[in-house]
Amino acid sequence: MPLFTMVKRALANVTGKPATLMYPATPAKRYEGTRGHVVIAIEDCIYCGNCQRHCVSQAITVDRAARTWEIDRLRCIICGRCAEVCPKDCIFVEPDYHPSTTGPAVEFVQGPPPAPPKEEKKPKAEE
Amino acid sequence: MIEQKHTIIEIPVSDLLKKTEEYHTKGHRLVQIGCTNLGDRYEVNYTFTKSWDFESLRLTVNDGDVIPSISGTYWGGAFIYENEIHDLFGLSVTDINVDFQGHLFETKIPAPFKNPPKVTKVPKGGDA
Amino acid sequence: MGNRIVVPFGPPQHPVLPEPIHLDLVLEDERVVEAVPTIGYVHRGLEKLVEKRDFQDYVFIAERICGICSFTHSVTYCNAIEHIMGIEVPPRAQFIRTIWMEYSRMHSHLLWLGLAADAMGFENLFMNAWRLREEILDDMEATTGGRVIQGSCKVGGIRRDIGDEKLGEMVDHLKKIRPLLEESNRIFTHDQTVRHRMRGGLGTLTKEEAWDLGAVGPTARGSGCDMDVRSSGYSAYGGTRVQTGHPPPHGGLSGSLPRPLGRGARSSRPRRTCGGKDARRPCRRKGEGQSGWRVLCLLRTAPPWRVHALHKGQRQEEHRPPPVRTPTLTNIPPLVKMLAGIDLADVPVVVLTIDPCIGCAER
Repeated sequence: MPLFTMVKRALANVTGKPATLMYPATPAKRYEGTRGHVVIAIEDCIYCGNCQRHCVSQAITVDRAARTWEIDRLRCIICGRCAEVCPKDCIFVEPDYHPSTTGPAVEFVQGPPPAPPKEEKKPKAEE
Repeated sequence: MIEQKHTIIEIPVSDLLKKTEEYHTKGHRLVQIGCTNLGDRYEVNYTFTKSWDFESLRLTVNDGDVIPSISGTYWGGAFIYENEIHDLFGLSVTDINVDFQGHLFETKIPAPFKNPPKVTKVPKGGDA
Repeated sequence: MGNRIVVPFGPPQHPVLPEPIHLDLVLEDERVVEAVPTIGYVHRGLEKLVEKRDFQDYVFIAERICGICSFTHSVTYCNAIEHIMGIEVPPRAQFIRTIWMEYSRMHSHLLWLGLAADAMGFENLFMNAWRLREEILDDMEATTGGRVIQGSCKVGGIRRDIGDEKLGEMVDHLKKIRPLLEESNRIFTHDQTVRHRMRGGLGTLTKEEAWDLGAVGPTARGSGCDMDVRSSGYSAYGGTRVQTGHPPPHGGLSGSLPRPLGRGARSSRPRRTCGGKDARRPCRRKGEGQSGWRVLCLLRTAPPWRVHALHKGQRQEEHRPPPVRTPTLTNIPPLVKMLAGIDLADVPVVVLTIDPCIGCAER
């Protein structure tokens, strides 16, 4: 019955549940390993700038003197390369997506002031 | 895994048509024609295959050299690559059966792989 | 014989085209005499970017050559680099790469089947194909972290492992969707609408023509050329049971449609072969230059395509742009040939049969 091959499927589609989610009422699917957005634990950062150098889309800017770390969310392609090259492993990829935006989405992270140059090896003071 | 051997034969430009004809009579298929910019010169590779092994004819040409088109032999497959070489690298290929005169790749800057365009960085935060 | 007129088809947008290509159709009444393609609307110069980027970072750029068959592009690039440097990839990484490549292939074929149905105006079938594709994409996202841009391949291995438990789940999932895929295939080969739209040898290429025009991938196989790069056994294809080749063209359908049909369901199912003792974390190696290899040539079937990358590189600083050859570029001459002599109304359907991915073709 070449005419009705689709009928079974069509009926199943009509009577069945929708395959799509009622987003945003239902949150989007997310998995543990989903690459959603990049975050930094700034207190561990040593401002080496490795993430900036390896950033494929040049989304990251690190300023060693001012102790800032900056990411352009619209440029970022969430490849996770920064997390991979970080020597202190202080960049993470979180599974949830950044909310959509219409304007610029540069996120600016100010690091804590350098700790006194002895004891605790938290942020090492750079000369 | 089948080892895919790749033989490269360096030939002068004048031998190209003859060699190509030979491959065609042997029943080889044209895999691709690729060009690489080596700074002061260009390498053009014509790759043929019959099964798994590749054979490449390699021309080394300078700017301004004229390459004859092999579309006389490979009438269907060659024109797209030859037009690409012309459009992206600015080399001139003569007698292509379908000559787009530089309109296959409609790039803003002519021959972008020969004269790299000046890079303008999009400002941070997007250009929206 | 009427007057000849030129009709621009998709200059460059057209409702049926997923990507921008321009075809100048020379018409005689309703019949296409000749088609002249123009591409270049989405040329991004990705090959040139190789010169500027670290070779390990470039994997992510290579992956973005295409937004559908992305994983295969990254594997091809990594293979080229591994070949140049003489890096051996751990077997588990090879198998996992192969699993992802096959998943890529499945979702790419389903996407294409959907688009082909859309070109025929069969919206219900289109939606159905894409719904099935989502199932594949879910597993892709769960294992790689990305839906279509997986970003999970790296030079020397892979960036993520798939646990044995997850592998088992994936196999179960595939078993579940297999009947759905087969059902969908049956619609493509048996339904009256599809058959009517693809009637009478529309857009058929003979075997000789396909060979001579340099057709690759499903386009060539649909014409009867026995060509499947997977049968060379690259990555872990040597150790899996991949059915290559194609079902014979279904009676009455045009030679060009059944190409990727059946492949969705036939793509290899990951076997439990991937567990073994070789399980290792993806290796990280420093890339030291090896000047022994100068040029290498790789052939890959990206989902429905074949990527031909000719790399030239000795040391990182000398990394030369590889001419990336994707199947769409190679399949444009066969397309031009197929278009000659058909009706204007059939052009959209025939254009879609090569699975045009212009982004791939232009890099």
